[in-house]
Amino acid sequence: MSEKLVVIGNGMAGIRTVEELLKIDPLAFDITVFGAEPYGNYNRIMLSPVLTGEKAFDEIVTHDEQWYVDNAITLHKGKEIIEIDRVNRKVIASDGTQADYDRLLIATGSNPFVIPVPGNDLEGVVTFRDMHDVNIMLDTSKQHKHAVVIGGGLLGLEAANGLMQQGMSVTVVHLMDTLMERQLDEAASNMLRASLEERGLNFLMAAQTETIIGKDRVEKVRFKDGTEIYADLVVMAVGIRPNIELAKKAGIHCERGIVVSDTLQTFDPRVYAVGECVQHRGMTYGLVAPLFEMAKVCANHLAKHGIGRYEGSVTSTKLKVTGIDLFSAGDFTGDETTDELVFQDKASGVYRKLVVKDNKIQGAVMYGDTIDGTWYFDLLRDETDISDMRKNILFGQAHLGDSGHGEENRVAAMSDTAEICGCNGVCKGDIVNAINAKKLLTLEEVRAHTKASSSCGSCTGLVEAILANTVGGDYSTAPHLKPMCACTDMTHDDVRAAIVNKELKTVRDVMTGLEWKTSDGCAKCRTSLNYYVVCAWPKEGLDDYQSRFINERVHANIQKDGSYSVIPRMWGGGTSPKELRAIADVAEEYGVETVHVTGGQRIGLYGLKKEDLPTIWKKFSDAGMVSGHAYGKALRTVKTCVGKEWCRFGTQDSTHLGVELEKMTWGSWTPHKFKMAASGCPRNCAEATIKDFGVVCVDSGYELHVGGNGGVKVRATDFLCNVKTEDEVLEYAAAFMQLYRQEAHYLERTAPWLERVGLSYVKENIVENDEYRKELAALFRESQKYMQADPWAERANGTDKHEFEPIATITVGKTATTA
Amino acid sequence: MSAVKKEDKNWIEVGQIDDVPKLGARVIKTDDGNIGLFRTADDEIFALRDECPHKKGPLSQGIVHGKKVTCPLHNWNINLDSGEAVAPDEGCTASFPIKIEGSTIYIAI
Ligand code: SRM
Ligand SMILES: Cc1cc2nc3c(=O)[nH]c(=O)nc-3n(C[C@H](O)[C@H](O)[C@H](O)COP(=O)(O)OP(=O)(O)OC[C@H]3O[C@@H](n4cnc5c(N)ncnc54)[C@H](O)[C@@H]3O)c2cc1C
Ligand code: SF4
Ligand code: FES
Repeated sequence: MSEKLVVIGNGMAGIRTVEELLKIDPLAFDITVFGAEPYGNYNRIMLSPVLTGEKAFDEIVTHDEQWYVDNAITLHKGKEIIEIDRVNRKVIASDGTQADYDRLLIATGSNPFVIPVPGNDLEGVVTFRDMHDVNIMLDTSKQHKHAVVIGGGLLGLEAANGLMQQGMSVTVVHLMDTLMERQLDEAASNMLRASLEERGLNFLMAAQTETIIGKDRVEKVRFKDGTEIYADLVVMAVGIRPNIELAKKAGIHCERGIVVSDTLQTFDPRVYAVGECVQHRGMTYGLVAPLFEMAKVCANHLAKHGIGRYEGSVTSTKLKVTGIDLFSAGDFTGDETTDELVFQDKASGVYRKLVVKDNKIQGAVMYGDTIDGTWYFDLLRDETDISDMRKNILFGQAHLGDSGHGEENRVAAMSDTAEICGCNGVCKGDIVNAINAKKLLTLEEVRAHTKASSSCGSCTGLVEAILANTVGGDYSTAPHLKPMCACTDMTHDDVRAAIVNKELKTVRDVMTGLEWKTSDGCAKCRTSLNYYVVCAWPKEGLDDYQSRFINERVHANIQKDGSYSVIPRMWGGGTSPKELRAIADVAEEYGVETVHVTGGQRIGLYGLKKEDLPTIWKKFSDAGMVSGHAYGKALRTVKTCVGKEWCRFGTQDSTHLGVELEKMTWGSWTPHKFKMAASGCPRNCAEATIKDFGVVCVDSGYELHVGGNGGVKVRATDFLCNVKTEDEVLEYAAAFMQLYRQEAHYLERTAPWLERVGLSYVKENIVENDEYRKELAALFRESQKYMQADPWAERANGTDKHEFEPIATITVGKTATTA
Repeated sequence: MSAVKKEDKNWIEVGQIDDVPKLGARVIKTDDGNIGLFRTADDEIFALRDECPHKKGPLSQGIVHGKKVTCPLHNWNINLDSGEAVAPDEGCTASFPIKIEGSTIYIAI
């Protein structure tokens, strides 16, 4: 028989926990839910758009009553629990209903604070917390004119905006002299106020409410200074208090909230609590992102699964008033130890401020154009060192290079047919519809259901912005340190360190040794693990070819029709009649439809049959050609120009250098593909400054450049240093590649890796530390001893023969008869 | 009522278990298209039409884990026992019965 779980509070945190629990172990508990409100569960943060009329209540219901039935959950709606009997382990509702529990989850949310002034109990005085409040406001707006909203915070402004949309004349009363002082600095706050005033809201700042006046219902509000204003409706939006009375009465330890541990347990370990009612490590929260993180950990613990812990959250805020873009996160006030970076363009209504301490972002405030909010927030949570981008950071991520979406980034203004994901052809409307129809709440869910942002990822920011616009708030918050994938709680860095320290030399050993949650991992982690093992143990590690993506397993690129392409290496972009003849012969003999000069200075053959590959490779092998690794997370091409041998401007022999670089590095596996180039002079015909490692020859020697790429997001290289000789170029290249191989996450190209660790870090290790550079270069060369066996020649000689041959060929005909 | 009992199926021998790599696959060629033959970590064998329900990617070229294979073209996950795509993706590819006798694999088409 299953254990009994009782949930008190049918709100966002409670039901999210139940959902997470159903995902990992649907049979673990018999679940009973008590909710004081008379509905299933709804998305509370969407009450604001319900009030403005942009949404109907039906559209914000996330779990209707059928959902509870479908998941065998007993729902007691409209029943408030008034007592928890911890001795007999049961809860009692106001109507006498009782339920026994083995585990109890308290998710009672919070109560809106009502300021203690005379008249606060008059008819027409409401708070803004649930659907009941919204209904009163909507009804009042139909019969009355004047509304007063007390509180100029997030909630108050959303209420005021809603009531104004319903045709009321609204005055916002605020105790302070700036709006949203907990989320905004003064400059942003003033810009916000100006644009709200322009829309028709009235403000009464630095005003202290003294009395609410009225006979049967509210008529006026009077302030300390004696002024009075008319009011048919007063909305109190001055803050919330964790709803802890019930827990307190049951003797559960509470301070400001119900005190919980990192596993979301109260002092009575049978009793868990999540959501706004809890206090964790001294903090209480009033936004949903932290609740979702809590829900995940709590569900894991309830299911006796995993080792997850909740370690607190950093939150960010957006205001859900259509047409006003505002974002803030972290600590944006700063002090003497912090610096402020500010960008302000009053005329176009744009303001950005970053508070920076020791080159790490502490807080951000943005007004007007907030598309970079998620990016700053990521930098904040990852504690990224921003010294190398400090000069440009205020201009946003786009300024650091992308393929030019630029001003196209304001999602609210986009039409439904605007294409968001270019890879999968997903339009804004598709995403919005999926979010609404399937009640999606996180980036992961949107990716799974729409495929948007699931391929190259360049539209992730846009998808997150659409998500935020559609469901409100910032749901997409990922945990601070992301686990590798759903098969483990460990991060890429943890896993890499363990492979080295615990001497794990096969993918299977890693999964067993690090207690993988799935029997054989998934396509995502297995490919990463295999790379990490091969990189850490080039000599004795087992290269598990079943953990390699098909292209690397068979050393050719799979095409959309299941055929393959073959691209032999042409050292430094050079070739010879003999090689060209071999290519021509193969192309003719195998009826190749497409012979293409690739973007990497070599020739590709397309549409080949898998079973023909070994014999084709044999022909290339005989002509002295090897695999070009065009299919691998590996050294790809080294582009060169003709250099000083021919060109009237050439300063060094860039062609020779390119060939040497390629001879040294070919066959090496890397976290993502790795491309190089060498140009003979600063005219840079080989495009060395958009390569992972680029050399620009100059009269005095060689300029080395790192971390560039074309592709999804164009990034020009950073200048590393100058060196004098070809040997030095080779040493620096080897050392740089080895540092990248050892430290980057799988599928992280040099550009994002460099942005994550910082150019200074790479310089310290490669330029300033001669000893370590030599050590890294030696490690690279050692590893290459085991990597430079041509995989094509091996397969032409019979390796992995079964990969290229069918196991059986049978004739079935239309009516199945024996072969 | 089905007249064909299990034993009456047309079982066709295709090879030995060890001809299929663990966590890997082989292709059976037929005049009616390819069939992928998959082997899990604990040596279960499954057969699916070698066409992903998404855009016909050759499933035999994917990565096998648990009782699933990840399609090599766009990473859908397909259940090996039923041929159904793992939610939220939707679609199904044909699956074929397999019989193992000793270490010999038979398929019924
Ligand atoms: C063949 C080629 C196109 C051509 O016919 O010219 C090509 C073809 C593919 N590219 Fe490319 N890229 C080719 C040059 C490039 C270049 C140009 C260059 O190297 O100078 C770029 C931009 C420069 C760069 O990488 O910095 C390029 C940026 C990409 C990207 C985006 C990478 C990024 O970091 O943003 C991908 C996607 C990925 O790797 O995840 C990609 C992925 C691919 C894949 C592997 C897509 C796939 O998974 O199937 C294509 C394989 C087709 C095949 O079977 O060969 N290809 N690709 C070029 C092969 C060069 C070679 O000789 O090896
Ligand atoms: C208008 C509005 C706009 C918001 N906008 C945003 C936003 O943009 N972004 C954001 O991140 N957050 C926003 N929030 C905050 C967000 O909604 C809350 O953080 C979240 O709902 C808290 O979830 P919870 O489960 O802890 O509490 P709730 O969702 O309040 O759920 C608690 C439930 O428990 C029930 N309950 C309480 N006591 C008992 C009892 N004794 N017995 C039975 N049932 C009980 C209550 O009736 C309630 O239904 C907004 C909130 C409001 C009101
Ligand atoms: S070759 Fe490159 S650019 Fe062209 S379609 Fe394929 S991945 Fe896209
Ligand atoms: S064809 Fe299989 S996922 Fe697209």
